[in-house]
Amino acid sequence: MAAAAVDAVIVGFGWTGAIMAEALTAAGLNVLAFERGGWRNSSNNFAVTFDQDELRYFWRHHLFQNVAHSTLTFRNKPDQRALPMRHLGSFLPGAGVGGGGVHWNGQVWRFLPSDFAARSHNLERYGANAVNAAEMTIQDYPVTYAELEPYYDKFEYLCGVSGKAGNLGGSIQPGGNPFEGPRSREYPNPPLRMTYGPTLFAEAAKSLGYHPFPHPAANMSRPYTNPLGVQLAECTYCGFCEKFGCGNDSKSSPQTTILPVLMPRPNFALRTYCEVMKVELTRDRRHATGVSYIDENGVLSFQPANMVILSAFMPENVRLMLLSGIGPPYDPRTGKGTVGKNYSYQIVSSVNVFYDDKITNPFIGAGALGMMIDDFNGDNFDHKGKGFIGGGFLGALNTGARPIETHPVPDNTPKWGAGFKRAMADNYLKTVPIITHGAVMSHRTNYVDLDPTWRDVRGRPLLRMTFDFTDNEHRMSDFLTDKAAEIGRAMGGREIKVNKRSGSYDITPYQTTHTTGGAIIGSDPATSALNRYLQSWDVPNVFVPGANAFPQNAGYNPMGTVAALCYLSAEAIANQYVKSPGPLVHA
Amino acid sequence: MTNHGLTRRFALSVGAAFATLAWLLPGRAFADTIRRRLPWAADQSDRPDRLDERPGYVFLTPAEASFIEAAVARLIPSDATGPGSIEAGVPRFIDRQLAGRYGAGDHFYLQPPFPKGLPTQGWQMASPAQVYRAAIPAIDRWSSATYGAAFASLDAATQDQALRALEDGKAELGGGADAKAFFALLLQNTIEGYFADPIYGGNRDLAPWRMIGFPGARYDHRPFVARFGEAYPLPPVGLTGRAEWRRHS
Repeated sequence: MAAAAVDAVIVGFGWTGAIMAEALTAAGLNVLAFERGGWRNSSNNFAVTFDQDELRYFWRHHLFQNVAHSTLTFRNKPDQRALPMRHLGSFLPGAGVGGGGVHWNGQVWRFLPSDFAARSHNLERYGANAVNAAEMTIQDYPVTYAELEPYYDKFEYLCGVSGKAGNLGGSIQPGGNPFEGPRSREYPNPPLRMTYGPTLFAEAAKSLGYHPFPHPAANMSRPYTNPLGVQLAECTYCGFCEKFGCGNDSKSSPQTTILPVLMPRPNFALRTYCEVMKVELTRDRRHATGVSYIDENGVLSFQPANMVILSAFMPENVRLMLLSGIGPPYDPRTGKGTVGKNYSYQIVSSVNVFYDDKITNPFIGAGALGMMIDDFNGDNFDHKGKGFIGGGFLGALNTGARPIETHPVPDNTPKWGAGFKRAMADNYLKTVPIITHGAVMSHRTNYVDLDPTWRDVRGRPLLRMTFDFTDNEHRMSDFLTDKAAEIGRAMGGREIKVNKRSGSYDITPYQTTHTTGGAIIGSDPATSALNRYLQSWDVPNVFVPGANAFPQNAGYNPMGTVAALCYLSAEAIANQYVKSPGPLVHA
Repeated sequence: MTNHGLTRRFALSVGAAFATLAWLLPGRAFADTIRRRLPWAADQSDRPDRLDERPGYVFLTPAEASFIEAAVARLIPSDATGPGSIEAGVPRFIDRQLAGRYGAGDHFYLQPPFPKGLPTQGWQMASPAQVYRAAIPAIDRWSSATYGAAFASLDAATQDQALRALEDGKAELGGGADAKAFFALLLQNTIEGYFADPIYGGNRDLAPWRMIGFPGARYDHRPFVARFGEAYPLPPVGLTGRAEWRRHS
């Protein structure tokens, strides 16, 4: 029996799926969401009676995508053999309702206005040699910061972000980030209360002439009711935020901001434990007819839909496009094709400061609690003669200090034995970590495609990731690390330890879950997979929200920009596309 | 066993090449269409597994147990600083982990073959339980050939020397066992057992947490956020409380 067609099918029910579903059902559309994992909520899945379990949630990947089911293959260079990522490490995609939005930190940033013109801005300021066009394949966004501002604002108010504005309508505000683009209004909540370590960082940074400010946090500094009427509680600084769900409903997630309003709507349904196998297209591959999906009994079904939203996180979005034949696959040899192009990531490093006399209690924390400086992000500083473009924020981020993960021990400490134990006992309570969070530009040979060999449990090809850091990233990260060390030394501790990022990208240690690109937005169908409304150039009734849309990565956590682009797209679908289905941009 | 039926239908419907359904988690995944409600039901909470409380080892053979007890005692030794792996219950933690889902590799992609990869490509081995099962006899053979006795029978200084040879990948174990990768796994599991919540069998009496000053499974630190430089006043607590809370009959 054929299922009835719906107006929109949503594939993957994390942040972007929930944002799209809320916006489209509010516009009167009939929406059906598919999620390959199950329903999850605070009281049953990460209650405060058992949430503070570092082993199960982080090290045993309880809330993350299970790679036994589906993973990707990886190599650094195109001439190497890709092998499966057999265990999660470097990045931690979510699984189940809420997706990565359940176990994220809640770091909500806006990109800089110049980040949206990464190519033209750098060429204009630093000349034609600033970008090696044959290798560094960066592109401008087809949308400006000013156009996205209302949508950034919308997400920040949905999430109740705690922070301090640095630029209100062009007027620089004391205590905020003076480098940020102009905001239309203040953050919905004041900054979180600051812990000791970040306070020491901020004092030192200020003494050196830098501009520290509180990290914008989707962790509540006070009880909050968002514009949808959903209530969140005040954060309790328990330190189990990053890689964990919030048992206290103090961290924004689809569950704590959208689902209580969305789920009861009569024009919405959610199908759990059902995995979409591919988007079905008409023979000419210009129109999607719906999706085929498989339930946990292995029964394959077809769900007809007038529109398909791929919101399954960056790697899975791109894989579904490739498996379905949406758009031309990218070829790194010719530079032609668009799907899979400009895979990017971030480059991180850290510095530890050790004290003899200061107890910093680093276990008191929240996902996005800390003091940062943005003096060396994007183009906030003069890159002339430095041999790189881009930058990142750096600062003391106090997410908590779970002891299986957090071993702040000085240089030359053994990795095991009595010396290791002694160093843990002596230093655990008396350290401050400083992190740097750097951009990665896109590069001709950093891309994703379908692996010719390896398969998932459904027999479908895995996505193949080919990625390495280039000289640009290493120079930039070393520069940021030197700045972090400079501030670390000024913090007056006994000693510091510098943890640089050197060598090839390694998929094993956790770095960030900010995988980007592969289905990027642009103004030309020859060089981008999606238009500014996240609409496929090739199959106009397919929309693909997510960090896959970034032409290159910036030196910020992606979620704010992912959400802003998603809202821009949802509004265009509701106001323009529904009235007149077809391409929203004519190239 | 219902899994057979699932497997057959699965294989028939998509012609999947893989007979085993490792992805079918014990969490009982049932497809559901959720309409007009926020699902919630009593007794559905996703609590951690209960530790197998039987005495002795469940997974480890006597020979494997000898190796594990000897090795983890060197990785985190007992001394005046605080408890060692043995007092903290690390061998039992490792045993129960290997006997359970983790040992079976429930969150590992284990499709063969297993060619040797680049260091940047990460884990390219079988499940953790299989890795331990293959590596320990290989280490004991190598230890006997190199030092004249199985690892557990060596003196502490020689054991440390042997562990360093494993750590640096200088020990040639043969039979496809990767010394360096196994050492990294053993050290990681040892640290896990030492610092994980006691519900998993290690971190006995929360002594490792007390040693470093981690207060454990607390969820409200608001009263202490602004008390800069002060020692945290409360003792550590686990998910099931503290030993002092439990009544023994």
